[in-house]
Amino acid sequence: MQVPAPFDYERATSVDDAIGLLARLGATARLVAGGHSLLPMMKLRLAHFEYLVDINDLHGELGYVKVEPTRIRIGAMTRHRELLESPELLSSFPIFHDAERVIADPLVRNRGTIGGALCQADPSEDLSAVCTAVDASCVIRGLDGERVVSMAEFYRGPYETAVGNAEMLTEVRFPVRPHGSSAYEKVGRRAGDWPVVSCGVAAWVEGGVITDARVGLAAVGPNTTGIPAISQALRGRAPSEDLYAEAGAIAAAYCAPVTDQRGSAAYKRHLAAELTRRALRRAVARIDGREV
Amino acid sequence: MQVTMTVNGEQVTRDVEGRLLLVHFLRDHLALTGTHWGCDTSNCGACAVWLDGEPVKACTVLAAMAGGHEVRTVEGLEQFGELDSIQRGFMHCHGLQCGFCTPGMLMTARALLDRNPSPSEPEIREAISGQICRCTGYASIVRSVQWAAAEEAGTRTSADVGSPP
Repeated sequence: MQVPAPFDYERATSVDDAIGLLARLGATARLVAGGHSLLPMMKLRLAHFEYLVDINDLHGELGYVKVEPTRIRIGAMTRHRELLESPELLSSFPIFHDAERVIADPLVRNRGTIGGALCQADPSEDLSAVCTAVDASCVIRGLDGERVVSMAEFYRGPYETAVGNAEMLTEVRFPVRPHGSSAYEKVGRRAGDWPVVSCGVAAWVEGGVITDARVGLAAVGPNTTGIPAISQALRGRAPSEDLYAEAGAIAAAYCAPVTDQRGSAAYKRHLAAELTRRALRRAVARIDGREV
Repeated sequence: MQVTMTVNGEQVTRDVEGRLLLVHFLRDHLALTGTHWGCDTSNCGACAVWLDGEPVKACTVLAAMAGGHEVRTVEGLEQFGELDSIQRGFMHCHGLQCGFCTPGMLMTARALLDRNPSPSEPEIREAISGQICRCTGYASIVRSVQWAAAEEAGTRTSADVGSPP
Protein backbone atom coordinates (compact mmCIF):
# COMPACT_ATOMS: atom_id res chain seq x y z
CA MET A 1 0.00 0.00 0.00
CA GLN A 2 1.41 3.35 -1.05
CA VAL A 3 0.46 6.40 0.98
CA PRO A 4 2.22 9.71 1.40
CA ALA A 5 3.92 10.54 4.69
CA PRO A 6 1.70 12.66 6.95
CA PHE A 7 1.15 16.29 6.00
CA ASP A 8 -1.33 19.03 6.80
CA TYR A 9 -3.90 19.86 4.16
CA GLU A 10 -4.84 23.45 3.42
CA ARG A 11 -7.22 24.71 0.78
CA ALA A 12 -6.71 28.04 -0.96
CA THR A 13 -9.73 30.13 -1.92
CA SER A 14 -7.97 32.53 -4.31
CA VAL A 15 -4.57 33.13 -5.90
CA ASP A 16 -3.77 35.73 -3.25
CA ASP A 17 -4.83 33.33 -0.52
CA ALA A 18 -2.61 30.59 -1.99
CA ILE A 19 0.41 32.89 -2.14
CA GLY A 20 -0.31 34.10 1.41
CA LEU A 21 -0.45 30.51 2.65
CA LEU A 22 2.82 29.67 0.89
CA ALA A 23 4.47 32.77 2.37
CA ARG A 24 3.26 31.86 5.86
CA LEU A 25 4.04 28.14 5.70
CA GLY A 26 7.44 28.50 4.03
CA ALA A 27 9.47 26.03 2.02
CA THR A 28 7.81 23.00 3.60
CA ALA A 29 4.57 23.79 1.76
CA ARG A 30 3.70 22.86 -1.80
CA LEU A 31 0.78 23.65 -4.06
CA VAL A 32 -1.21 20.69 -5.35
CA ALA A 33 -3.33 21.08 -8.49
CA GLY A 34 -4.35 17.88 -10.30
CA GLY A 35 -1.90 15.99 -8.10
CA HIS A 36 -1.15 13.31 -10.70
CA SER A 37 2.59 13.94 -10.58
CA LEU A 38 2.99 15.19 -7.02
CA LEU A 39 0.92 12.57 -5.17
CA PRO A 40 2.66 9.57 -6.81
CA MET A 41 6.03 11.13 -5.90
CA MET A 42 4.87 11.63 -2.32
CA LYS A 43 3.59 8.05 -2.17
CA LEU A 44 7.00 6.81 -3.27
CA ARG A 45 8.53 9.16 -0.66
CA LEU A 46 10.54 10.85 -3.40
CA ALA A 47 8.97 14.11 -2.24
CA HIS A 48 7.81 15.20 1.18
CA PHE A 49 6.12 18.39 2.33
CA GLU A 50 4.72 19.41 5.72
CA TYR A 51 1.81 21.14 4.04
CA LEU A 52 -0.11 20.70 0.82
CA VAL A 53 -2.08 23.71 -0.38
CA ASP A 54 -4.92 22.52 -2.61
CA ILE A 55 -5.61 25.05 -5.38
CA ASN A 56 -8.40 23.17 -7.19
CA ASP A 57 -10.92 25.77 -6.00
CA LEU A 58 -8.98 28.27 -8.13
CA HIS A 59 -10.20 26.62 -11.32
CA GLY A 60 -12.79 29.37 -11.72
CA GLU A 61 -10.07 32.02 -11.49
CA LEU A 62 -7.30 30.23 -13.40
CA GLY A 63 -9.09 27.82 -15.74
CA TYR A 64 -9.34 29.56 -19.12
CA VAL A 65 -8.12 29.79 -22.71
CA LYS A 66 -8.35 33.42 -23.80
CA VAL A 67 -7.69 34.27 -27.43
CA GLU A 68 -6.64 37.87 -28.01
CA PRO A 69 -5.62 39.48 -31.33
CA THR A 70 -1.90 39.09 -30.74
CA ARG A 71 -1.63 36.41 -28.09
CA ILE A 72 -3.30 33.48 -26.36
CA ARG A 73 -3.44 33.25 -22.58
CA ILE A 74 -4.02 29.96 -20.76
CA GLY A 75 -4.74 29.90 -17.03
CA ALA A 76 -2.51 27.62 -14.96
CA MET A 77 -5.46 25.58 -13.66
CA THR A 78 -6.74 24.75 -17.15
CA ARG A 79 -7.02 20.99 -17.24
CA HIS A 80 -5.56 18.76 -19.96
CA ARG A 81 -9.02 17.83 -21.11
CA GLU A 82 -9.98 21.48 -21.55
CA LEU A 83 -6.88 22.04 -23.69
CA LEU A 84 -7.73 18.95 -25.74
CA GLU A 85 -11.30 20.12 -26.33
CA SER A 86 -10.61 23.83 -26.92
CA PRO A 87 -11.86 24.77 -30.42
CA GLU A 88 -9.80 27.99 -30.33
CA LEU A 89 -6.56 26.10 -29.71
CA LEU A 90 -7.42 23.49 -32.33
CA SER A 91 -7.82 26.12 -35.05
CA SER A 92 -4.88 28.37 -34.11
CA PHE A 93 -2.35 26.02 -32.44
CA PRO A 94 -3.23 22.40 -33.30
CA ILE A 95 -0.01 21.34 -31.53
CA PHE A 96 -2.01 21.36 -28.27
CA HIS A 97 -4.60 18.97 -29.65
CA ASP A 98 -1.91 16.68 -31.08
CA ALA A 99 -0.09 16.55 -27.74
CA GLU A 100 -3.09 16.30 -25.45
CA ARG A 101 -4.47 13.30 -27.33
CA VAL A 102 -1.40 11.34 -26.22
CA ILE A 103 -0.80 12.75 -22.72
CA ALA A 104 -1.63 10.08 -20.14
CA ASP A 105 -5.26 8.91 -20.44
CA PRO A 106 -8.73 10.50 -20.31
CA LEU A 107 -9.11 10.06 -16.54
CA VAL A 108 -5.75 11.63 -15.76
CA ARG A 109 -6.51 14.41 -18.25
CA ASN A 110 -9.67 15.18 -16.28
CA ARG A 111 -7.49 16.21 -13.32
CA GLY A 112 -4.06 17.26 -14.58
CA THR A 113 -3.42 20.95 -15.33
CA ILE A 114 -1.04 22.83 -17.60
CA GLY A 115 0.38 24.69 -14.60
CA GLY A 116 1.02 21.49 -12.70
CA ALA A 117 2.62 19.87 -15.74
CA LEU A 118 5.03 22.76 -16.29
CA CYS A 119 5.88 23.11 -12.57
CA GLN A 120 6.66 19.39 -12.36
CA ALA A 121 9.39 20.16 -14.93
CA ASP A 122 9.88 16.53 -15.86
CA PRO A 123 12.28 16.35 -18.83
CA SER A 124 9.84 13.90 -20.45
CA GLU A 125 6.82 16.13 -20.00
CA ASP A 126 5.00 16.86 -23.27
CA LEU A 127 3.57 20.30 -22.50
CA SER A 128 7.03 21.73 -21.77
CA ALA A 129 8.03 20.83 -25.32
CA VAL A 130 4.77 22.28 -26.66
CA CYS A 131 5.21 25.54 -24.73
CA THR A 132 8.82 25.81 -25.91
CA ALA A 133 7.73 25.36 -29.53
CA VAL A 134 5.04 28.06 -29.33
CA ASP A 135 7.45 30.49 -27.60
CA ALA A 136 5.41 30.64 -24.40
CA SER A 137 6.07 32.87 -21.44
CA CYS A 138 5.15 31.98 -17.88
CA VAL A 139 3.48 34.45 -15.53
CA ILE A 140 4.68 33.93 -11.96
CA ARG A 141 2.91 35.74 -9.15
CA GLY A 142 4.31 36.41 -5.69
CA LEU A 143 3.64 38.73 -2.77
CA ASP A 144 5.19 41.64 -4.66
CA GLY A 145 3.31 41.17 -7.91
CA GLU A 146 3.92 39.41 -11.20
CA ARG A 147 6.93 38.64 -13.32
CA VAL A 148 7.01 37.07 -16.76
CA VAL A 149 9.74 34.62 -17.79
CA SER A 150 10.44 32.75 -21.01
CA MET A 151 10.27 28.94 -21.10
CA ALA A 152 14.08 28.86 -21.23
CA GLU A 153 14.22 30.86 -17.98
CA PHE A 154 11.31 28.96 -16.41
CA TYR A 155 12.81 25.51 -16.82
CA ARG A 156 15.90 25.31 -14.61
CA GLY A 157 16.56 21.59 -15.01
CA PRO A 158 14.85 18.35 -14.04
CA TYR A 159 12.08 19.08 -11.48
CA GLU A 160 13.33 22.64 -10.98
CA THR A 161 11.66 25.82 -12.15
CA ALA A 162 11.98 29.58 -11.67
CA VAL A 163 8.96 29.54 -9.33
CA GLY A 164 10.10 30.56 -5.84
CA ASN A 165 8.79 29.37 -2.48
CA ALA A 166 6.08 31.99 -2.03
CA GLU A 167 5.18 32.19 -5.69
CA MET A 168 2.89 30.42 -8.10
CA LEU A 169 2.59 30.01 -11.85
CA THR A 170 -0.69 31.66 -12.81
CA GLU A 171 -0.69 31.84 -16.60
CA VAL A 172 1.02 30.64 -19.76
CA ARG A 173 0.87 33.03 -22.73
CA PHE A 174 2.24 32.95 -26.24
CA PRO A 175 2.17 35.20 -29.30
CA VAL A 176 -0.22 34.71 -32.23
CA ARG A 177 1.39 35.51 -35.57
CA PRO A 178 -0.20 35.12 -39.01
CA HIS A 179 0.81 32.51 -41.62
CA GLY A 180 1.80 29.90 -39.08
CA SER A 181 0.80 26.51 -37.75
CA SER A 182 2.14 23.79 -35.49
CA ALA A 183 2.27 20.03 -34.89
CA TYR A 184 3.33 17.48 -32.31
CA GLU A 185 4.75 14.01 -32.87
CA LYS A 186 5.31 11.46 -30.13
CA VAL A 187 6.54 7.89 -29.96
CA GLY A 188 5.58 5.96 -26.83
CA ARG A 189 5.77 2.30 -25.98
CA ARG A 190 2.11 1.97 -25.02
CA ALA A 191 -1.06 4.04 -24.69
CA GLY A 192 -0.75 6.82 -22.13
CA ASP A 193 2.94 6.33 -21.46
CA TRP A 194 5.65 8.94 -21.23
CA PRO A 195 7.31 9.54 -24.58
CA VAL A 196 10.36 7.63 -25.74
CA VAL A 197 10.90 10.90 -27.59
CA SER A 198 8.48 13.59 -28.69
CA CYS A 199 8.82 16.75 -30.73
CA GLY A 200 6.73 19.88 -31.14
CA VAL A 201 7.12 22.37 -33.97
CA ALA A 202 5.64 25.80 -34.62
CA ALA A 203 6.44 27.30 -38.03
CA TRP A 204 5.59 30.39 -40.04
CA VAL A 205 5.84 30.62 -43.84
CA GLU A 206 5.48 33.73 -45.96
CA GLY A 207 6.28 34.30 -49.62
CA GLY A 208 7.42 30.71 -50.00
CA VAL A 209 10.06 30.83 -47.27
CA ILE A 210 10.09 29.92 -43.60
CA THR A 211 10.11 33.17 -41.63
CA ASP A 212 10.44 31.41 -38.30
CA ALA A 213 10.31 27.88 -36.90
CA ARG A 214 10.70 26.66 -33.35
CA VAL A 215 11.29 23.14 -32.10
CA GLY A 216 10.65 21.73 -28.63
CA LEU A 217 11.78 18.22 -27.71
CA ALA A 218 10.88 16.02 -24.74
CA ALA A 219 12.71 13.06 -23.18
CA VAL A 220 16.03 13.60 -24.96
CA GLY A 221 18.12 14.90 -22.07
CA PRO A 222 17.93 16.64 -18.72
CA ASN A 223 18.29 20.13 -20.14
CA THR A 224 17.15 19.78 -23.73
CA THR A 225 13.94 21.50 -24.70
CA GLY A 226 14.37 24.15 -27.34
CA ILE A 227 17.05 23.94 -30.05
CA PRO A 228 17.67 27.49 -31.34
CA ALA A 229 20.16 26.20 -33.93
CA ILE A 230 17.25 24.66 -35.85
CA SER A 231 15.44 28.01 -35.98
CA GLN A 232 18.61 29.66 -37.29
CA ALA A 233 19.06 27.01 -39.97
CA LEU A 234 15.46 27.23 -41.20
CA ARG A 235 14.81 30.96 -41.35
CA GLY A 236 14.71 32.43 -44.85
CA ARG A 237 14.71 29.08 -46.63
CA ALA A 238 12.01 27.42 -48.69
CA PRO A 239 10.33 24.39 -47.08
CA SER A 240 11.49 21.10 -48.61
CA GLU A 241 12.09 17.49 -47.61
CA ASP A 242 15.84 18.16 -47.67
CA LEU A 243 15.40 21.06 -45.28
CA TYR A 244 13.29 18.97 -42.88
CA ALA A 245 16.01 16.30 -42.91
CA GLU A 246 18.62 18.95 -42.17
CA ALA A 247 16.57 20.18 -39.19
CA GLY A 248 16.24 16.59 -37.98
CA ALA A 249 19.99 16.11 -38.18
CA ILE A 250 20.52 19.22 -36.05
CA ALA A 251 18.01 17.92 -33.47
CA ALA A 252 19.87 14.61 -33.26
CA ALA A 253 23.21 16.36 -32.91
CA TYR A 254 22.08 18.80 -30.20
CA CYS A 255 20.10 16.46 -27.93
CA ALA A 256 21.57 14.37 -25.12
CA PRO A 257 19.42 11.30 -24.55
CA VAL A 258 20.42 8.47 -22.23
CA THR A 259 19.88 4.75 -22.62
CA ASP A 260 17.09 3.52 -20.34
CA GLN A 261 14.19 1.07 -20.34
CA ARG A 262 12.47 3.12 -23.05
CA GLY A 263 15.28 2.73 -25.55
CA SER A 264 18.93 3.23 -26.34
CA ALA A 265 20.49 6.66 -26.72
CA ALA A 266 21.11 5.91 -30.41
CA TYR A 267 17.46 5.00 -30.98
CA LYS A 268 16.32 8.18 -29.24
CA ARG A 269 18.64 10.28 -31.40
CA HIS A 270 17.15 8.61 -34.44
CA LEU A 271 13.68 9.45 -33.14
CA ALA A 272 14.65 13.06 -32.42
CA ALA A 273 15.67 13.44 -36.07
CA GLU A 274 12.68 11.60 -37.49
CA LEU A 275 10.05 13.26 -35.28
CA THR A 276 11.50 16.73 -35.92
CA ARG A 277 11.21 16.00 -39.63
CA ARG A 278 7.65 14.75 -39.36
CA ALA A 279 6.45 17.58 -37.11
CA LEU A 280 7.98 20.22 -39.40
CA ARG A 281 6.45 18.59 -42.46
CA ARG A 282 3.03 18.47 -40.81
CA ALA A 283 3.16 22.03 -39.43
CA VAL A 284 4.08 23.44 -42.85
CA ALA A 285 1.39 21.33 -44.56
CA ARG A 286 -1.15 22.81 -42.15
CA ILE A 287 -0.11 26.36 -43.06
CA ASP A 288 -0.85 25.53 -46.69
CA GLY A 289 -4.13 23.93 -45.69
CA ARG A 290 -2.92 20.60 -47.12
CA GLU A 291 -3.45 18.87 -43.81
CA VAL A 292 -5.50 19.43 -40.68
CA MET B 1 -9.36 16.99 9.82
CA GLN B 2 -13.03 16.74 9.02
CA VAL B 3 -14.19 16.18 5.46
CA THR B 4 -17.73 16.40 4.14
CA MET B 5 -18.73 15.31 0.66
CA THR B 6 -21.69 13.89 -1.21
CA VAL B 7 -21.32 10.24 -2.13
CA ASN B 8 -23.99 8.70 -4.36
CA GLY B 9 -26.36 11.50 -3.42
CA GLU B 10 -25.82 11.18 0.32
CA GLN B 11 -23.88 13.67 2.40
CA VAL B 12 -21.16 12.08 4.53
CA THR B 13 -18.79 13.57 7.11
CA ARG B 14 -15.78 11.79 8.56
CA ASP B 15 -12.59 12.59 10.46
CA VAL B 16 -9.65 11.75 8.23
CA GLU B 17 -5.94 12.28 7.87
CA GLY B 18 -4.92 14.81 5.24
CA ARG B 19 -2.99 12.11 3.42
CA LEU B 20 -5.94 9.70 3.11
CA LEU B 21 -6.63 8.80 -0.51
CA LEU B 22 -10.19 8.92 -1.84
CA VAL B 23 -10.12 5.22 -2.75
CA HIS B 24 -9.39 4.25 0.88
CA PHE B 25 -11.93 6.75 2.18
CA LEU B 26 -14.62 5.07 0.08
CA ARG B 27 -13.57 1.51 0.89
CA ASP B 28 -12.44 1.74 4.50
CA HIS B 29 -14.46 4.63 5.93
CA LEU B 30 -17.70 4.22 3.99
CA ALA B 31 -17.48 0.45 3.32
CA LEU B 32 -18.16 1.09 -0.37
CA THR B 33 -15.90 -1.70 -1.58
CA GLY B 34 -17.26 -1.69 -5.11
CA THR B 35 -14.51 0.76 -5.99
CA HIS B 36 -11.45 -1.42 -6.38
CA TRP B 37 -7.95 -0.65 -5.28
CA GLY B 38 -5.40 -1.84 -7.79
CA CYS B 39 -2.03 -0.52 -8.82
CA ASP B 40 -1.81 2.50 -6.49
CA THR B 41 0.03 4.41 -9.23
CA SER B 42 -2.84 5.80 -11.38
CA ASN B 43 -2.08 3.33 -14.12
CA CYS B 44 -4.71 0.58 -13.87
CA GLY B 45 -7.96 2.53 -13.42
CA ALA B 46 -9.62 -0.04 -11.14
CA CYS B 47 -10.36 2.81 -8.71
CA ALA B 48 -12.20 5.03 -11.22
CA VAL B 49 -15.07 7.00 -9.66
CA TRP B 50 -16.81 10.21 -10.63
CA LEU B 51 -15.80 13.51 -9.10
CA ASP B 52 -18.34 16.19 -9.99
CA GLY B 53 -19.52 14.08 -12.92
CA GLU B 54 -16.10 13.30 -14.42
CA PRO B 55 -14.30 9.97 -14.03
CA VAL B 56 -11.06 10.22 -12.05
CA LYS B 57 -8.63 7.79 -10.48
CA ALA B 58 -9.44 7.70 -6.76
CA CYS B 59 -5.95 6.45 -5.83
CA THR B 60 -4.53 9.80 -6.92
CA VAL B 61 -7.10 12.11 -5.37
CA LEU B 62 -6.99 12.95 -1.66
CA ALA B 63 -10.22 12.41 0.26
CA ALA B 64 -9.75 16.00 1.45
CA MET B 65 -9.71 17.21 -2.15
CA ALA B 66 -13.17 15.71 -2.67
CA GLY B 67 -14.49 17.70 0.30
CA GLY B 68 -17.45 19.81 -0.77
CA HIS B 69 -17.74 17.88 -4.03
CA GLU B 70 -19.91 15.11 -5.41
CA VAL B 71 -18.59 11.59 -5.73
CA ARG B 72 -20.37 8.76 -7.52
CA THR B 73 -19.23 5.18 -7.25
CA VAL B 74 -20.36 1.94 -8.89
CA GLU B 75 -22.81 1.48 -6.00
CA GLY B 76 -24.55 4.63 -7.26
CA LEU B 77 -25.24 3.26 -10.75
CA GLU B 78 -28.24 1.17 -9.77
CA GLN B 79 -31.39 3.25 -9.43
CA PHE B 80 -34.51 2.07 -7.55
CA GLY B 81 -33.38 -1.54 -7.69
CA GLU B 82 -32.82 -1.35 -11.47
CA LEU B 83 -29.37 -1.94 -12.87
CA ASP B 84 -28.09 0.78 -15.17
CA SER B 85 -28.14 -0.16 -18.85
CA ILE B 86 -24.34 -0.14 -18.85
CA GLN B 87 -24.39 -2.82 -16.12
CA ARG B 88 -26.87 -4.85 -18.11
CA GLY B 89 -24.68 -4.43 -21.18
CA PHE B 90 -21.74 -5.97 -19.35
CA MET B 91 -23.96 -8.88 -18.29
CA HIS B 92 -25.34 -9.50 -21.78
CA CYS B 93 -22.05 -9.23 -23.62
CA HIS B 94 -19.74 -10.89 -21.08
CA GLY B 95 -17.90 -7.63 -20.44
CA LEU B 96 -16.01 -9.21 -17.59
CA GLN B 97 -14.42 -12.40 -16.41
CA CYS B 98 -12.70 -11.85 -13.05
CA GLY B 99 -14.51 -8.56 -12.50
CA PHE B 100 -11.67 -6.62 -10.95
CA CYS B 101 -11.63 -3.83 -13.54
CA THR B 102 -15.40 -3.82 -13.97
CA PRO B 103 -16.48 -1.09 -11.49
CA GLY B 104 -13.99 1.34 -13.03
CA MET B 105 -14.95 0.34 -16.57
CA LEU B 106 -18.64 0.85 -15.75
CA MET B 107 -18.07 4.35 -14.37
CA THR B 108 -15.99 5.43 -17.36
CA ALA B 109 -18.44 3.89 -19.82
CA ARG B 110 -21.40 5.57 -18.12
CA ALA B 111 -19.62 8.94 -18.33
CA LEU B 112 -18.88 8.35 -22.01
CA LEU B 113 -22.50 7.55 -22.89
CA ASP B 114 -23.71 10.59 -20.96
CA ARG B 115 -21.53 12.82 -23.15
CA ASN B 116 -21.74 10.83 -26.36
CA PRO B 117 -24.81 8.56 -26.65
CA SER B 118 -23.57 6.79 -29.79
CA PRO B 119 -19.79 6.46 -29.56
CA SER B 120 -17.78 4.77 -32.30
CA GLU B 121 -15.55 1.82 -31.43
CA PRO B 122 -12.40 4.01 -31.42
CA GLU B 123 -14.16 6.47 -29.12
CA ILE B 124 -15.06 3.67 -26.70
CA ARG B 125 -11.50 2.32 -26.76
CA GLU B 126 -10.15 5.83 -26.17
CA ALA B 127 -12.52 6.37 -23.22
CA ILE B 128 -11.31 3.20 -21.46
CA SER B 129 -7.67 3.61 -22.46
CA GLY B 130 -6.68 4.57 -18.90
CA GLN B 131 -7.91 1.26 -17.54
CA ILE B 132 -6.45 -2.19 -17.68
CA CYS B 133 -8.38 -5.44 -18.16
CA ARG B 134 -6.36 -8.65 -18.19
CA CYS B 135 -9.26 -10.99 -18.99
CA THR B 136 -11.31 -9.80 -21.93
CA GLY B 137 -8.84 -8.31 -24.38
CA TYR B 138 -11.30 -5.38 -24.28
CA ALA B 139 -13.37 -6.73 -27.19
CA SER B 140 -16.32 -7.78 -25.04
CA ILE B 141 -16.10 -4.56 -23.01
CA VAL B 142 -16.44 -2.57 -26.23
CA ARG B 143 -19.43 -4.72 -27.23
CA SER B 144 -20.99 -4.19 -23.78
CA VAL B 145 -20.79 -0.41 -24.16
CA GLN B 146 -22.21 -0.65 -27.67
CA TRP B 147 -25.06 -2.80 -26.30
CA ALA B 148 -25.88 -0.17 -23.68
CA ALA B 149 -25.73 2.64 -26.25
CA ALA B 150 -28.13 0.78 -28.52
CA GLU B 151 -30.39 -0.04 -25.58
CA GLU B 152 -30.59 3.60 -24.59
CA ALA B 153 -31.16 4.74 -28.16
CA GLY B 154 -34.10 2.37 -28.32
CA THR B 155 -32.72 0.81 -31.46
CA ARG B 156 -32.31 -2.66 -30.04
CA THR B 157 -34.95 -5.05 -31.29
CA SER B 158 -36.81 -7.12 -28.74
CA ALA B 159 -35.15 -10.26 -30.11
CA ASP B 160 -31.74 -8.90 -29.09
CA VAL B 161 -32.81 -8.22 -25.53
CA GLY B 162 -32.66 -11.67 -24.10
CA SER B 163 -32.30 -12.71 -20.50
CA PRO B 164 -28.92 -12.17 -18.96
CA PRO B 165 -26.70 -15.23 -19.28
